[in-house]
Formats: sequence, C-alpha cells, structure tokens
Amino acid sequence: MSGPSKYVPNSGFEKWLDRRLPLIRFAYDTMVDFPTPKNLNYWWTFGGILAIFLVIQILTGIILVMHYVPHVDFAFASVAHIMRDVNGGWLVRYMHMVGASFFFLAVYIHIFRGLYYGSYKEPRELLWGLGVIIYLLMVITAFMGYVLPWGQMSFWGATVITNIASAIPVVGEPIHKWLLGGFAVGQPTLNRFLSLHYLMPFVIAGVVVLHIWALHVPGNNNPTGVEVKDVEKETLPFHPYYTIKDGFAILIFLMVYVAFVFFAPEALNHPDNYIPANAQVTPAHIVPEWYLLPFYAILRAIDFDLLFIPAKLGGVIAMGGAILIWLALPLLDSSKIKSMRYRPLGKIFWFLFLVNFVILGFCGANIGEPWTTISKIGVIYYFAYFLVILPLLGIYEKPKTPPASIADSISGAH
Amino acid sequence: MELSDSSHTNGHEGQPTRRDMLHVATGAIAAGGAAMVAWPLINQMNPAADTMALASIEFDLSTVAEGSQAKVMWRGAPLFIRHRTAEEIARAKKDDSAPDLRDKQTDEQRTMQSDGKAGKAQYLIMQAACTHLGCIPVGVTESGYLGDYGGWFCPCHGSQYDTSGRIRKGPAPLNLIIPPYVYLSDTLVKIG
Repeated sequence: MSGPSKYVPNSGFEKWLDRRLPLIRFAYDTMVDFPTPKNLNYWWTFGGILAIFLVIQILTGIILVMHYVPHVDFAFASVAHIMRDVNGGWLVRYMHMVGASFFFLAVYIHIFRGLYYGSYKEPRELLWGLGVIIYLLMVITAFMGYVLPWGQMSFWGATVITNIASAIPVVGEPIHKWLLGGFAVGQPTLNRFLSLHYLMPFVIAGVVVLHIWALHVPGNNNPTGVEVKDVEKETLPFHPYYTIKDGFAILIFLMVYVAFVFFAPEALNHPDNYIPANAQVTPAHIVPEWYLLPFYAILRAIDFDLLFIPAKLGGVIAMGGAILIWLALPLLDSSKIKSMRYRPLGKIFWFLFLVNFVILGFCGANIGEPWTTISKIGVIYYFAYFLVILPLLGIYEKPKTPPASIADSISGAH
Repeated sequence: MELSDSSHTNGHEGQPTRRDMLHVATGAIAAGGAAMVAWPLINQMNPAADTMALASIEFDLSTVAEGSQAKVMWRGAPLFIRHRTAEEIARAKKDDSAPDLRDKQTDEQRTMQSDGKAGKAQYLIMQAACTHLGCIPVGVTESGYLGDYGGWFCPCHGSQYDTSGRIRKGPAPLNLIIPPYVYLSDTLVKIG
C-alpha cells in the first residue's frame, strides 16, 4: 500500500534535509501517514508489542553482559553476583528472563493470528516467510541465552540440543564437535554461545526491517481478509489511530509482564537451573523452557525406526520439519478465502490445531505414558493440518461469502 | 548507438570471447579466494590444540570393586568403568545373538582393546553418554531403574542398555561408545 509520498516539508531545515537525506519523509510515510485498514482488531497489536520486546531484550541484554563472565568457573557465580550485588541487577536480569517468555507468548499469538486470518496468502507470502525466519532466529537466540547461566538445565539442555547435529548421517559427528569446540559442552561452547547470543538479536532486527518492508508494500491484511479497495473510505492514517490503539495494547501487555517480573519472576523458570552445571550428573528430567515444549514433544514422539531412518534422525527431521513446513504454508492452503471467519470447517480445524499445539506442550513437559502416545497423535494432527487438511479443504469446503469490501463490512456492523 | 560486448572483442555471435574468458577466470579466482578466507573462519570453531592435548588418561582399575562402576572424566565428559560380576558377563554373552540387538556386537567385541587384542571380560569401559542425545544413563551405582536388561537406563528419553552396554530399547541408535584403550599392565589402562 505504499503510494506516492504525501509529506510536505515545512520548515527550512526540513526542506534542506529532504533534498539530502529524506529521513523525516521516510518516517512520515511509514509511521504517520501509512494507510491502515479501519477494521483491525486487537489481535493486530502484537506486531507492535513484539517490536517493544525486541528492544527490551536488547537493552537489558547489553546491561547484563556488562556484569556477566563467560567462563565455566565464574558464569554461575556472576549471575548470582548480578542478582545480589549489582545495583538493580535483579531487576534487569528478571526483565530479561521473563522478557524472553513474554516475547514468545506475543510471537505465538502473532503467528496464530496470521494462521486464522490467512495473513500468509498472496500477496503476503514473503512477509509470512520472513516472519518464520524471525521465529527460527528467536528460538536459536533463546536456546543459547538459556545456556549462559551455566546451571544444570543450561548444561544438559546444551548437551541434548547440540547432539541433534550428530543425528545427521556421516558428517553429523564432525559438525557436533565443531559446534561445541571440544568433545563435550565446555568452555569453548559457553564462550561462543555468548558471542552468538549477543549477535543474533541484531540479525533479528535486520530481518524485522525486511518484515516491515514486506508489510508496507501490500499493506495490512484485516479480519475480513478482503483487500483494501478504496483507500479513502477504508483506511486511516497509522498515526494517531493505530499508534494509540497499539500503544494501549502495549501498555496492557507490559502490565502483565511487569506483574510477572515483580511477583512471579521464577514462575516460568526451572528450579534445576539454580544448581551449578555438573558434567557428571544428568538431571532426572531435562525440559526446555515452556515456549519450546511443543517442538520438544515432537522430537521425542519419534521413538521408532521408520524404514531406513533411525529413530534419532526421525525425531530431528520431525522437529525441524514442524517449523520449516510453515514456509510452505502459502502453497499448501488451497482456499481462495483468506479469513477463517468465512470458512466454517477451516475455523474448526484451526481451533483444533491450536488445542493440539497446547497439548503437545504438556506432552513435552512430561515423560512416560500416556504422554508418549498422546504426543504421537499430536504429531500426526500437526502435520495433517498442513499436508492434508488445508490442501483438501480449499476444494471440499463450502465457504460463506465474505463482504464485497471492507467498507461494506463496516457499514454492515451498524 | 549500441555496442554489444562481442562487438568490442571480435567474437562471433554465440561464441565465447576473450572477455567471457576473463570474466570466468576472475570469478573463479574470487570464489577460490573467498573459500580460502572462509575456511580459517570456520575452522577456528573446531576443538583447539589444548583441548586435543588433554585427550588421553591412565586409570588404575583395581580401584573399582566388583559389581560397581566408576565415573572417570575423559575429554571433558565422563566414562563408565564397570567391573562386572560373572553373572552379568554370562547374561551379556547369552544375548550375543538376541534378535533385538539394534547395533549388533558380541560381548567379546565390547571388551576388545583398540589394538585388536582381547580385553578383560570383567571390565567394561564406555563413554557415559547415551547415543541418543547425550544424557548420562543411570547405572548400578545410582539408585533407580536400570531398564529391563539390567545394564543402564537413560532418564531423558528412556533408552535401555544391557550389561554389555548395547542398546536394546528406546530411541538411541547405537551401543554406548567404547573409547580407544589399551592395558598397560594387569590393572592399569590407558584411555585415548
């Protein structure tokens, strides 16, 4: 929805700048004048919330590195030093730790919003794909960050996850050693994880720029899934209408976030990570942070050999495939209707997919039966949703008729 | 006026010219140079010389009582050194041709020295890392379930190993890995 710029430089300085580096024009076009559909609901505020959390994580992270020591003998103690001795260190660390959880909470809402309203469909396939890449980078960043406090979960989480590389046939073992910088998780591993954990958020910020660029070309999707036809009637300038609406949602979300920071900072953490890393004892029950549990359940669900694929490699393929399949979603969903509002069956399958994802999370947190069996069923539904249901539904489902335009849907609401 | 590349370099239509050759040659040099620069940047992440230097240890086996197991650090990770009872050895040998062996090895092969000579049946020396995702399996010296085969049980994802450290059940693909070792005397072993 990028059109000709409507920015008019007023002051002499603005005119001078506009002929040399049109920064103000760029900001005006993307953040003030940008035409935004009138009918966006609150599920559309999570993009803004995510941007805020990226900033929170980068700022608190830069501060933490000023006090953290990336050495196997001192890392754990330096985190305790941050918590006890550094002025306000406890606050910054809890903001960073709880911030990771809320970052993921917001990104899951953002992703499921996209799945419901068909935001991945033409012409937003690249916008969606860039989002998937951002999510993948977030997972890698969060995993490496979790290793840094060098507690038992840090150490054994790192051991288990880097071992995933060794599942690759032939080259797996050399790659595994290359990732670790040794024969087991140790000093070289910790050192490089800090380096990469510091780098990744800036890579994410770069992809976010592309993500927003890819958003600003076709413009926002909206709850009806019908594209904007009349910019005058159907859109409002981003500022003040959506800066205010996003701002309100950001404040509400931040209130929940700081409630956790102040009153339940450890609620989403695992107590075993307050035991210093010990290479000789594996904790009885290794679990990742809550936001990775569904994918951990998928990894563990494949405990049988499939033809020539051994169970270990099978689990790794299933887990990786579970995220990478999102990239193919624009090709897999055959329906011409974007929004699930007008897809009576699609809506039900979407809801089941959401429930299934949460159940997989519970499976990831628990061991033994019945969880293994449930997670196998969960894996089947997870992949069936993308590979069977969405491709066939577009052919067999009889959708309701969406409104002819956004303007129609708005006038119909009165 | 339009001048195409080929009109400069007197090649005929569709035929490679001197300029094409220069393009390809320059591109090849640039690609080769980039690969040569990339390799040290990648290779720096491989285990460093001091890590490699710590790769061998000696251990006195007489310190491990029969029926128990020692955990010894080697290359930054623990090894199991299990002093097996006659009963455990018999159980392992009995299963040498069991149909459920995923990674077929006889008990004799499991205790062989790295120079190919026979080892000692009572001492089983293995890396204490489940071949699934690297957790330390629970063995005789810890309290807890040892699996249906009386060897080791991995608490992470439920892999079960027999008294010869062979994978019998669960997601792990391979038997517990035997490090290279040779006996220096009756009780002294050099690992790595």
